[in-house]
Amino acid sequence: MTASLQGKMLDRKKFFQDPFLIFAIFFLIIFFTLFIAYPLVILLKDGFATSTKAFSFESFAYTFSVYSGFLKAMGNSVIIGLAVSAGATVVGLLFAYVDTYVKLKTKVLKILFNIVSFLPVVSPPFVISISLILLFGDTGFITHDLLHILNAQHAFYGFPGIISVEIITFFPVAYLMLKGLLKNIDPSLEEAARDMGASRWKVFTTVTFPLLLPGLGNAFLVTFVESVADFANPMIIGGSMETMATCIYNQLMGSNGPDAQFQAAAMSCILLLISMSIFIVQKYVLERKTFSTLTGKASRQRMLISDKSVTIPLSIICGLISLFVIGLYVLVIMCSFWKNLVNFDFTWKHYQVIFSDNGMSAFGPTLTMSAIAAPITAILSMIIAYLIVKKKFKGKAAIEFVSMLAMAVPGTILGVGFIRGYVQGIFHTGILQQLYNTMWIIIIVFVVRSLPIGVRSGVSALRQIDQSIEESAYDLGGNSLHVFSTVTLPLISDSFFSSLVTSFVRSITAISAVIMLVTPSLQLVTCQINEYAGKGDYSTATAYATILILIASLAVGIMNLAMRLIGRKTKIKEE
Amino acid sequence: MPKEKKGVLLEHISKIYEDPKSKKQFYAVHDLSLDIKPGSFVTLLGPSGCGKTTTLRMIGGFESPDEGDIYLGNKPINSLPPNKRDTAMVFQSYALLPHYNVFDNVAYGLKIRKLPREEIRKKVFAMLDLVQLRGMEDRMTNQLSGGQQQRVALARALVVEPSVLLFDEPLSNLDAKLRVSMRTEIRRIQQAVGITAIYVTHDQAEAMAISDQIIIMNKGVVAQIGTPTEIYYQPKNEFVADFIGEVNFLDGKIIKKDTSNILTEVYGVKIPVKTGEGQVGDDVRLVLRPECLHLKDDGDLKGKVVVSTFMGAYQLYHVMVNDTVVKITEYNPKGKKIYNIDDAVALDFSSTDVHIIPKENSELKTDFIVPVKTKKGFNLFKK
Repeated sequence: MTASLQGKMLDRKKFFQDPFLIFAIFFLIIFFTLFIAYPLVILLKDGFATSTKAFSFESFAYTFSVYSGFLKAMGNSVIIGLAVSAGATVVGLLFAYVDTYVKLKTKVLKILFNIVSFLPVVSPPFVISISLILLFGDTGFITHDLLHILNAQHAFYGFPGIISVEIITFFPVAYLMLKGLLKNIDPSLEEAARDMGASRWKVFTTVTFPLLLPGLGNAFLVTFVESVADFANPMIIGGSMETMATCIYNQLMGSNGPDAQFQAAAMSCILLLISMSIFIVQKYVLERKTFSTLTGKASRQRMLISDKSVTIPLSIICGLISLFVIGLYVLVIMCSFWKNLVNFDFTWKHYQVIFSDNGMSAFGPTLTMSAIAAPITAILSMIIAYLIVKKKFKGKAAIEFVSMLAMAVPGTILGVGFIRGYVQGIFHTGILQQLYNTMWIIIIVFVVRSLPIGVRSGVSALRQIDQSIEESAYDLGGNSLHVFSTVTLPLISDSFFSSLVTSFVRSITAISAVIMLVTPSLQLVTCQINEYAGKGDYSTATAYATILILIASLAVGIMNLAMRLIGRKTKIKEE
Repeated sequence: MPKEKKGVLLEHISKIYEDPKSKKQFYAVHDLSLDIKPGSFVTLLGPSGCGKTTTLRMIGGFESPDEGDIYLGNKPINSLPPNKRDTAMVFQSYALLPHYNVFDNVAYGLKIRKLPREEIRKKVFAMLDLVQLRGMEDRMTNQLSGGQQQRVALARALVVEPSVLLFDEPLSNLDAKLRVSMRTEIRRIQQAVGITAIYVTHDQAEAMAISDQIIIMNKGVVAQIGTPTEIYYQPKNEFVADFIGEVNFLDGKIIKKDTSNILTEVYGVKIPVKTGEGQVGDDVRLVLRPECLHLKDDGDLKGKVVVSTFMGAYQLYHVMVNDTVVKITEYNPKGKKIYNIDDAVALDFSSTDVHIIPKENSELKTDFIVPVKTKKGFNLFKK
C-alpha cells in the first residue's frame, strides 16, 4: 500500500463514523439520480426509440424533417434568443450603469429600479404578455383605440410580441448581474484614466467596458438560456408561431400518433443540448474570466457622475422604461376590476367567478404544494451547500454539478422527462408509477426547479464563514448533525429564509415544468391563467394573476420583515 | 482536575500535499517522531509553511497522516475523527460561535455530551472563574475584546476536560502588549490545570517564554527538539541558530579535541570551545550571540568598527573581522569605552559563550522539501 493511501483510508474511516453525513449524501445521490438525472436520461433513451423499436434514429429524423416544424421553431427560438439577450443586456447595462455611476437627484428613481427588479420575482408568467396584448393586440388600447389601426391582423403576435415581452421579463436579471460587477470595479482604475486626460465616454469605452466584457457575455448567455427555455410567453403571445419549448409541448400534448411521445423526447434532447452547452460555456469559461478581471472589492466609494448633460438624459430614459414596466403590472391589476375590456366600470365579478367556480380547486393545491415544497427546498439546499463548501467526500463534484445543472434544464424538458419517466414507472417497468398523478410528483418538480437558486445562495453565504468555526464545534465533540443544526444553519439563517420564500414564490408562479403534469383533479393557478388567457378571457386571467402577485408579494414582504427583525436582534446584541 | 494526564506520541508521521499549480506532490511533514510527556507544555515553532500547523491538525484529527501513527496515552487515534478525540483546540481566529453568548459558547461541548443542566452551569462558572471572565457570561462574543475572546476560546476548550489542549497560533491576532500578558496567562492556566499542551507559533519569543520544550520545524522536518535554553545556546544547526534570536557565524576548523575541550581555528586564531559536536579536521561554524561579545583595544581576533550606534539599552557595533560582519550589542554602555567607526578593535568573549555547529553546504541546507514524484517513490521511504 502506498503512503498517500493511508491518509485517504483514515479520512474514509473518519467519514464512516458520521452517520448523518453518510445518510445525507446517500439520500442526495438517490434524489438527484431519480429526479434530475433519470428524467433527462429517459429523454435520451426515448429519443432514440419509437413505439415499435427499442433503438432507432426515426424520432430524430422526424424532428429534423419539415413535417415536424421543429427546425422552424428552432430558427425562431434562436432569432428570439439573440434579439432578447442583446436587448436585455443593453437595457440591463444601462440600468446598472445609472444605478452605480450616476448621481441621481431624487430617490424616486432608485425606488423605481428596486420595484422593477423586484416585480419579475413575484410575477406569475403571462402577466407582461397579457398586458402587452391589452395595449398592442388587435384590439389593444394603443394600437386600436389610440392609433386606430383597425386591421391589425395579429401584427403584434409572433416575433415583435415575444421579443418585447421577453426583454421586459429578463432585463432585470441582466441588470442585477451587471450591477454586482460594476460595483466591484475599483474606481481608481477609471480615475487614473480620467487623470491621464480621457473623456468620460473614452473612459467608458476603454476601461469600464473592456473590464465588463466577460460579465456582459455572461449576462447575454444567461438571458439567452432563459429566453430559449421560456414557455409561457410564446404560448400566449406567439400566435401561430412556435418556439422550441412550445413545439415540444404541442408535440407531446397535441399530436396523437403512436410515436408522438418519442418524437417529443427527441426534440427535448435537442433543446437540452443547446441549453446545456451554453450553460457550460457560461459557467466554466465566462464566469471564471469575470472573476479574473474583477479582483476583489472596490477600495472606496466611487465619485458619482453629476454632470447634468449625462444625468438628465439617462435618468429620463431609465425612468420612462421603469414606469412603463410598472405600468404594465398596474394595467393587469386594473383589468381584473373592469367589467370588460370596453366597459371600465368597477366590479368584483371576476373574483367572484374565481372563488365560486373552480378557482378554489386551483388555489388550494397550488398553495399546499408550494408550501410543502418550500421548506423541503430550503433545507435540502442548505444541506447541499454545507456539503459542497465544508466537506470532502467522493462524489462531491457530481453533487455540485447536478445541483447546478438543474438550472440549465428548461422547465418544459423537465416536465417531459417526468412524464416519460414516471407515467409507466422507472424505465417503463411500473416501479414508482404510483408517484405519477399525485401531488408529490409536482412537489418534487417544484423542489428540483428551485434547488439551484437555494444552493447558490447557501454556498455564497457559507463561503463567508470561517472554516474554523465549524471545526471548533466539531472538535468539541459535535458530529455533522450537531454542527449543521447548531452552528451552520443558524449562521446562514438569512440564506435559509430567502430560499424558503424564493422557492415558495417560484412554485406558485411555476408553469413550464408542471403544465404537463396537472390533472383535472389537481389544478394549478398558473395553468388556469394560461387557459383563460388562451380563451381570450383576460379579465378572469388577470384576476387570477393579481391574487398570485398579492400572495407572492406578501410572502416576500413577510420574509423581509422577518430578516430585518433577525438583523435587528443581532444588531442589538452587537451594541 | 481528577483526570489522568496523557502524553502524545507521534511515530514517523508524514503528510503529503499536492501543489495546486504544478500538481507535484510534496511532504508538508516528513517522518516526524515526537514523544510529548504528560502534563508538559510543548511548542511547535517554525516559519510559515514549515508544517507545524499541519502537525497540530493531524493530532486534532482534522488531517489524516499519510504515514505513521499517532497515539494519545497508549491508544492509537489515527482513525478517530476530531469529535471522538480527547483533544480540544484553541483556534487562531478564536472560532467562537457568533450566535451564542459567552455562557453558551463555553457550554457548547458539555451540551453535546448531554450533561445535566446544573452540572453544566457549575462547570461553566468554574471555568469562567479560572479565565477571569465571571460576570460576562451574558455578553455576545462580538462585545468582547480580543483578549477576552481568547479567554472564552480557552475556557470552551478546557471545560470539556480534554487530555490534550491544542493551540493554533492563538495570540497572533492580538496586539503586542496583550500578547505578552496572555501568554503568561495561558501558561498559568496550563500549570493550574496540569494539562498536556501543544502550542503552535511562529513567534520565537512566545515559544521561549511559555514552553517546557520547543520543537523547531523547518520545511516539514524537525530541526531541533530541546528546552528553550538548549535551543538558544546549543543550536544543532544553522537554521535553528539563525531562527532564534540574533546570531553571528564565524567559519572555522576543529584542530584539536579532548574530553572537555574543542580547539578551533578561525582566521588563523585558535579559539577554545565548550559545546558543539565535530571531529578533528571538520569545517565548522562558530555561533556567537551578539550580547555575549565585547570589544577590547587589542587581542587575537582583530577587526575594524563599521557601525557604532547608540540604541538606548545598548551600543550596537558592526565589526568587520576579515570578510565577516560581526554584530555586537554592548548592554548598559554608560561609562564604558565607546568605539567609533574605523577604530581598530579586537573581539572579547569567554569560551563558554562559543558553540559550534557543523558547516552545511548550501545545497543540502535548502533542500529540506522532499518531493514525491512517483508511486514507486513512496516505497523508498517506507520502513
